[in-house]
Amino acid sequence: MQLEELRFGTELLKRGFAKMQKGGVIMDVTTSEQAVIAEEAGAVAVMALQAVPADIRKMGGVARMADPKIIMEIIDSVTIPVMAKVRIGHYAEAQILEAIGVDMIDESEVLTPADEFHVEKVKFTVPFVCGARNLGEALRRIKEGAAMIRTKGEAGTGDVREAVRHMRLIGGTIRSLKGMNDDELMKVAREIEADYELVLECRDMQRLPVVNFAAGGIATPADASLMMQMGADGVFVGSGIFKPQNPELMATAIVEAVNNYDNPEKLVEISTGLGDPMKGIDAGTLKEGEILQTRGW
Amino acid sequence: MVAFQGDVSEHVHAMERALGSEGSVVAVRSMGTVPDCDGIVLPGGESTTISRHLARTGVGDEIQVAARSGVPIMATCAGLIVISKEIVEETRFEPLRLLNVRVMRNAFGSQRESFEADLKVEGFDSPYRAVFIRAPAIVGWHDDVDILARIEDMAVAVRQENLMGLAFHPELTGDLRFHEIFLDMI
Repeated sequence: MQLEELRFGTELLKRGFAKMQKGGVIMDVTTSEQAVIAEEAGAVAVMALQAVPADIRKMGGVARMADPKIIMEIIDSVTIPVMAKVRIGHYAEAQILEAIGVDMIDESEVLTPADEFHVEKVKFTVPFVCGARNLGEALRRIKEGAAMIRTKGEAGTGDVREAVRHMRLIGGTIRSLKGMNDDELMKVAREIEADYELVLECRDMQRLPVVNFAAGGIATPADASLMMQMGADGVFVGSGIFKPQNPELMATAIVEAVNNYDNPEKLVEISTGLGDPMKGIDAGTLKEGEILQTRGW
Repeated sequence: MVAFQGDVSEHVHAMERALGSEGSVVAVRSMGTVPDCDGIVLPGGESTTISRHLARTGVGDEIQVAARSGVPIMATCAGLIVISKEIVEETRFEPLRLLNVRVMRNAFGSQRESFEADLKVEGFDSPYRAVFIRAPAIVGWHDDVDILARIEDMAVAVRQENLMGLAFHPELTGDLRFHEIFLDMI
């Protein structure tokens, strides 16, 4: 077997990587110590960041890709995949992350957007995950090459409401495609500004054609269970792991909750005695400039 | 089908296609199911995560008992790591020590180095398109392990009596030749 016969960065490899994450919890970490805690707790991957979303909200200013030093330290400290975020449209940051060797790039609304257009993700060897609030947004990202979608929710709030709303909206729209003929699908594709072939695929599969995680406000094992019951393939937990009183306990409990999401008796056990979760912000009280989910299109 | 984490639904789908009407696939997420199964599949996913679930729930012990009594096991990617005897530089978890091999995690590198390749497989009359995703590879093995496919000097498909270990993902490509071998073992 000669090495030049190998094919890299194919769509199958990118989407396949995302499939290996299913049924798992991806945790935000800012140091290698936190990454080790996440791995110990059973996280399937970590998201390397300069600051968790709740702190990005507090600090204000421009939020950018993390310092490569932090990301490299985290890569060296764990064997699970390491992801990192770039600003929407900032393909230079994405090129840097690819050169570092991160396993997946998150083009994220949590950072300050660099462009009104998103990165052309098909050009990269490394797979991307992107946020979406509705089916049109999800399919536009997939068309650009995203190998995984996460419902946006409202990051850094610890309030699950927006994550629920986005998951319901995507699931509901896909269900409404059932039984539609080709003309009707074309009309939907135009209305939601999405590629017709992808809309067709959603009708037939009755789900998104790529893995779909929930994100943005998940703070407790019950929140994780709720999102899994709504059809998420797994969850991202940002500030919800390292903001609570006891991160180790919370991290393990959320992993267990994803695995036992449909077992209320087990969830009682899992949810008991975890200490205070993150305090959080009611997402309904955010002012216009504080809302992250409306970044991107 | 060990169903804690990973590409479980793809595995279920591929196995159901291979089975036709000759059997059914059940998901295992707690103790009590494994002893009734005629074959066990450990899917791809994150080996650290899957191992923790196997240990916490006791399903890992059940699999060891079943494997030692001759129940066929098909283990792919993370599953291969989990059933190995030894993992290079791994101290975070204990594998099930069933397959007499020494396995290296992420043997080819990170996701950037993940690849597809047409493999020459022992006993197959045409190449097998294999998908390697942050794949492990077998760097050492005991005499009782048959090597079915290699990449350079590492093994990527092996068989040891009732155990089949694959470093790649036969559930992602639609080519069911490895599934058929597995079903013949039952």
